Amino acid sequence: MVLSCRHVWDYISGYLDNTLSVETRADVEHHLEHCEICSAVLDSTRNILILTADDRVFELPLGYSERLHARLTEAMLQVPPPTRDAPD
Amino acid sequence: MIAEVLAGNTETFHELIRPYERSVYLMALSMLRNEAEAEDAAQDAFIKAYRNLNRFRSESRFSTWLIAIVLNEGRARLRRKQPTLTDSIDDTTEGSVTPAQLTDWREIPSESLERQEIRTLIRRALAELPLAYREVFVLREIEERNVQETAETLGITVASVKMRLHRARMMLQKQLAPQLASAVPGRRRRFPWF
Repeated sequence: MVLSCRHVWDYISGYLDNTLSVETRADVEHHLEHCEICSAVLDSTRNILILTADDRVFELPLGYSERLHARLTEAMLQVPPPTRDAPD
Repeated sequence: MIAEVLAGNTETFHELIRPYERSVYLMALSMLRNEAEAEDAAQDAFIKAYRNLNRFRSESRFSTWLIAIVLNEGRARLRRKQPTLTDSIDDTTEGSVTPAQLTDWREIPSESLERQEIRTLIRRALAELPLAYREVFVLREIEERNVQETAETLGITVASVKMRLHRARMMLQKQLAPQLASAVPGRRRRFPWF
């Protein structure tokens, strides 16, 4: 089946996640072979996903862990520890 | 470790949560879009997890349980700030996002993330996604949950997860591709005689 660019854009996520049927995947690949724009959309989307998942994008605030455990220690002193037998 | 905490060794809770400190904070940050508030929400979520540890059922992953707690904490805070806040998304309507169409796309290398400017562009684009898309995107792409876990955590269908994730990806591509392309120009061709 010949796909338009708009159809291919709808399939970009399925293509990246490898969840398309064999036939649809083949149709998308056939379109990508001769469509520079859709190839660029696919490549840029894939590239952006790699960048957004990189640990460097979001850094933990300095001292976050220390403050968290200090507050937990404080809360633990105020509240009796949970027990397996405690009612839900 | 959970059994140890429930048996009275509460100090073990500190070790139990250490691997999840980052993901709980990131989930809170993605929802609240404010570092100080996200840190506060993450702390509250861990305290709630401690107090309710006896309710944790081992059928689910501990990390998924923690994420569900911080998600509720984040939503409660958003509702307090804006009681009328609704972020309803119609997952059924045809609403394709038209991506940025660039023919001169050059791969942006991961090293470019060393630049603060690039990290800021990405954080800003994520923050601008509608909340319902942001939640799905962060769970799938950053927290690396599978589709089923994401659906269960958010209380939505698998089809909705797929639809929201696809739209989130396309929205990010639409906004970020042109910005990144101009911020990180392609490498110049090197000629061997220079």
